Amino acid sequence: MGATVAELVRAVEAADSKGAMVVAVHHLAAAQDVAAIPTLITVLGYNNPGAAVAAVDGLVALGQDAVPALLEQIDGYNYGARAWAIRAVALIGDPRALPVLLETAKGDFALSVRRAAARGLGTIDWAKLPSDQAPSSQQEVLNVLIGAAQDPEWVVRYAAMAALEGLAKALAAPETQKPPILACLQQVFHHDETPAVQARACRALETLGELADATN
Amino acid sequence: MGQNPQQLVNAQGESLTVDQAIENLRQTADTGLRYYAAWWLGRFRVAQPDAIAALVSALEDEGDRAPDGGYPLRRNAARALGKLGDRTVVPALIQCLDCDDYYVRESAAQALESLGDPQAIPALRSLLAGGVAAAVAVPDKPHLVQPYNAVLEALGTLGATDAVDEITPFLEHEVAQVQNAATRALYQLTGQATYCDRLVERLQEPNLQLRRSAMMDLGAIGYLPAAQPIAATLAENSLKLIALQGVLDAHLRQIGFPQRGLTDEARQVLLLMDELL
Repeated sequence: MGATVAELVRAVEAADSKGAMVVAVHHLAAAQDVAAIPTLITVLGYNNPGAAVAAVDGLVALGQDAVPALLEQIDGYNYGARAWAIRAVALIGDPRALPVLLETAKGDFALSVRRAAARGLGTIDWAKLPSDQAPSSQQEVLNVLIGAAQDPEWVVRYAAMAALEGLAKALAAPETQKPPILACLQQVFHHDETPAVQARACRALETLGELADATN
Repeated sequence: MGQNPQQLVNAQGESLTVDQAIENLRQTADTGLRYYAAWWLGRFRVAQPDAIAALVSALEDEGDRAPDGGYPLRRNAARALGKLGDRTVVPALIQCLDCDDYYVRESAAQALESLGDPQAIPALRSLLAGGVAAAVAVPDKPHLVQPYNAVLEALGTLGATDAVDEITPFLEHEVAQVQNAATRALYQLTGQATYCDRLVERLQEPNLQLRRSAMMDLGAIGYLPAAQPIAATLAENSLKLIALQGVLDAHLRQIGFPQRGLTDEARQVLLLMDELL
């Protein structure tokens, strides 16, 4: 293509239809340049889901470089933009997003945002956190995920099961923290009202070596 | 999840209690409170006898009228009853299929589908009277003369195999969602996978509404080979997850989960769902 980031940014600003906006944001995201971050973040606030998805993809590809600006956006007042920004930090897995992911998984009113935050808590890159902080942070994550396992929405409970599996594999203090995770997975496996959630808990137990895998 | 509504209320930060909700539905002074209470009882699956009785009497409400002459409370009450699993309400819902309000008929048909009682079949079939020729739009309204989608879907779910000949012409109805509903019903009634493949093709439609509709139909019938195409179609993750949950649920029932363990097919669907969270 050969266009500079500045040109790609101008193309987003000049887009005169929802479709044109989606295409322009795709191109800007594909440039994978930190100079695109402010514009990609601005796009999250337009009421254009196609463009927002493309912008989230671009921001996630930029990884930790995008995190500070995303966290700033999450403090803002635009609810739609906030939800997309939470999705992005949940996918990036940077521990700087832990406070916002914990808060969101606990109590956001939109179930798709609670779902994304719960998933994000399972894919935190713990190596980026000083090792002496890991056990206490992981305990907080554990508590919130065990709470999310009681969420009224099945998809949030499902995400919590996936996240508990991820967390269990990354524990700094497995001797004290793995037992409550396994107890929660067992509880959901046997008693959740939604078979898909039971199945996800079952899969997590299989992966953690706690269930005989029936077919392998 | 336990069946303790009080717990759910607290988790949601709602201030209603079960007794209050039932009381709100019984009083007639405030139509807004009644409307919300009917929704609430369904949402929190309050299936106790006094809740059911209050919802059934709300199906005959005359107090809450929409500007278009509709009955908003009846619509909500019918939807709630569909969620509560009490088949004693089936005759009352069948009555609602004769209501003047299209949306009451639609909600009742959907509720009858959820309750799964085949005694609703004859009344549902009667709404197909006149076939495709009669299935035209109501002037100045965003809907057809009958809630054909809901009726066709209910006939499929309720196993109305005698109705196959009446349903088949709706495959050619001019509204794509009606075609989808007929396709879905015919798959359920005949087990022929060619019907599902029509729906899978629809996932490639340029029109988002049609992709969504096909996806939800595939989820509702639980067609396992559709899992990958559903995950790949261009639509919201939230809807894809609901459709995939439907596919997975049907498969889990078939394999006898949780008494029996997961299959590789189930693990594959879980993997697709994980990617969409």
